[in-house]
Amino acid sequence: MSRHTLSVLVENKPGVLTRVAGLFARRAFNIHSLAVGPTEHQEISRITVVVDVDEHPLEQVTKQLNKLVHVIKIVELDAEVSVQRELLLVKVKADASTRSGVLEVVELFRAHVVDVVPDTVVIEATGTAAKLDALLASLEPYGVREIVKSGTLAVGRGSRSITDRALDRVRSA
Amino acid sequence: MGQPNPTPAQVAARTTPRGVDRVVGEQVTGAESIVRSLEAVGVENVFGIPGGAILPTYDPLMDSAKVRHILVRHEQGGGHAASGYAHATGKVGVTMATSGPGATNLVTPIADANMDSIPMVAITGQVAAPAIGTDAFQEADIVGITMPVTKHSYLVTDPDEIPRTIAEAFHIASTGRPGPVLVDIAKSAMQERTTFSWPQELALPGYHPVTKPHAKQVREAARLLATARRPVLYVGGGVIRSGASAALRRLVDLSGAAVVTTLMARGSVPDSHPQHLGMPGMHGTVPAVAALQKADLVVALGARFDDRVTGKLSSFAPHAAIVHADIDPAEIGKNRAVDVPIVGDLREVIEELVPALQTEQDRVGKPDVEAWWHQIDTWRETYPLGFSATADGHLAPQHVISRLGEIAGPDAIYVAGVGQHQMWAAQFIRYERPNTWINSGGLGTMGYSVPAAMGAKVGEPDRDVWAIDGDGCFQMTNQELATCAINDIPIKVALINNSSLGMVRQWQTLFYNQRYSNTDLHTGHGTVRIPDFVKLAEAYGCVGIRVEHESEVDDAIKRANEIDDRPVVVDFNVSRDAMVWPMVAAGVSNDDIQYARGISPAWDRED
Repeated sequence: MSRHTLSVLVENKPGVLTRVAGLFARRAFNIHSLAVGPTEHQEISRITVVVDVDEHPLEQVTKQLNKLVHVIKIVELDAEVSVQRELLLVKVKADASTRSGVLEVVELFRAHVVDVVPDTVVIEATGTAAKLDALLASLEPYGVREIVKSGTLAVGRGSRSITDRALDRVRSA
Repeated sequence: MGQPNPTPAQVAARTTPRGVDRVVGEQVTGAESIVRSLEAVGVENVFGIPGGAILPTYDPLMDSAKVRHILVRHEQGGGHAASGYAHATGKVGVTMATSGPGATNLVTPIADANMDSIPMVAITGQVAAPAIGTDAFQEADIVGITMPVTKHSYLVTDPDEIPRTIAEAFHIASTGRPGPVLVDIAKSAMQERTTFSWPQELALPGYHPVTKPHAKQVREAARLLATARRPVLYVGGGVIRSGASAALRRLVDLSGAAVVTTLMARGSVPDSHPQHLGMPGMHGTVPAVAALQKADLVVALGARFDDRVTGKLSSFAPHAAIVHADIDPAEIGKNRAVDVPIVGDLREVIEELVPALQTEQDRVGKPDVEAWWHQIDTWRETYPLGFSATADGHLAPQHVISRLGEIAGPDAIYVAGVGQHQMWAAQFIRYERPNTWINSGGLGTMGYSVPAAMGAKVGEPDRDVWAIDGDGCFQMTNQELATCAINDIPIKVALINNSSLGMVRQWQTLFYNQRYSNTDLHTGHGTVRIPDFVKLAEAYGCVGIRVEHESEVDDAIKRANEIDDRPVVVDFNVSRDAMVWPMVAAGVSNDDIQYARGISPAWDRED
């Protein structure tokens, strides 16, 4: 098994996410993370999905996704040539005696404190999955109270845009 | 990608049959817009049942001069009828139902059509838009329920979207790999005022089925086919759906290869063709199964390496290079790794493959397949399709079905349910034309036969249509005999009545120590006969004929063939102990096929 990141450009229509997620479930493909949002074009939404599959099933995933009428384009983003980030919000115990230690970790990981009360802080951090895991490990001794994580977002490096040609299709249709 | 895809405007123009005028902005209700759209797209027959949420549409439907609505007795019957109609004619089958239970009753026929790539459009009423999501009376999220078993689906709440949605639904159902499309329309959208315009521009940026094959791949396939010593053409239902039978015939003749036709492809190559070895798979002929196992080249044409064909996948056709042509890229390499993948419409693929093979043969000469045919002929002589007399003295079902095929002939259409009778009908009837064998292959839906035969008869009214059904299947959907009797749809039903769920019973005989758990139906010889199928037929306004002895078989079939003013049910009381042979047990290698119980071919002797 290896981890793959797919960018799936879809028509911005109701129920598209259900179709994509449902397809993964019924073909027994395992979704590691999923993130959905608008793009620079209002007709197109972008789903970033991280899957744990072998090479052969990945081809099946892609082909089956392509059969969904609302799916316009699928691009696999190789970690080497793309930027991949997750967003983490974590609530950590931090009273007068431990706060400076927590803040030192925040500083080290270039994270931010976005909420403070006398006994806890909420920290916001972005980065690769590995970086966020390391941050969480460093915060663990202080007492992690709540974790919220987004799915992975990914964009290819360089000047090429994968949405442009997809847009041509949508506009000419 | 080859040839550019047609523009939506061209497609929309194509969906407008001659005689349908351009319409711009006519004031109508949503319900009228539905009926107008169905007329414009060329629908002639709809199988359905009205109910609350679809009621507004049934009002203008009553006045349509172009669309005939056939009132079925159960939505499942309507769905299978649409499928049988599509199977027989190649046109899109249409079924209509109301919301909630009406729609959920369509789930089985929709799933069935999805598995067998049947072009179908199902139109369902939905509760009024403001009520959606409130658990309203007769509300069911049918789009959600059918999502895994449709090619595509729509929920329409804005009446302005009706014509385009229906145009798209028919386009998607009938192009690429055909399949069922659901159009769920809110009652409020049917009642509101809107405008109707035709033709419609389709908006399908993500839908571009590739029909034209890659020339290089076709040449590579031709090269393999020209040099293979033990080639087999493994023909699937895609050849029927794409209307490729005539082209395929040329390929068969030119290649000199052996041909096998799957359950979905029976009739795509005439059974009388000398290179045709019959059906492969779990209940295939020994020569067909053996040829695939020993082949050095398998050319799969619109087939999908289904488990019922391959047996244990890892031991299927172990020596063969694989050429796989299919309209659906996702089928290629799904189950079996492929050497030469070809994505395209089967007719286009085969029409290009024939000249490519000719060119190749001009270069390297005719293929040397003499030894191969010598081996195949040995299998054919040693293991012909056959059956033995029954031990209990009752009718042999295989005899009934063979005689039916011989008397009704290759111009009739045969529609099977699912089980033993289906396998015997696939084995023992000689099919000579495409679209004459209709059955539920992928989903294996018991109860398919009677309603699908009804749909086939509506589509092909001048042909004899024989439903070949089991006593188990028949009890699931025989209510459609009422529809047939009242609407002058004179189908004929050959009921292969073995008083049990025969295929399940066969497995209990073979794998469960003859413990017949819940497979006795009490409908045959020496039982209470509940129900009495002859009386049941008569109650439905059909002719009922009972046949218990071999001497009565031919006369009953001939008599049924002569009756054209009402449906006929012939209750053939057959032996319950007859079994379907040959057989490859589930999950076992095709090499272990049994010709009859306990008799396996001795491959080494022939190798």
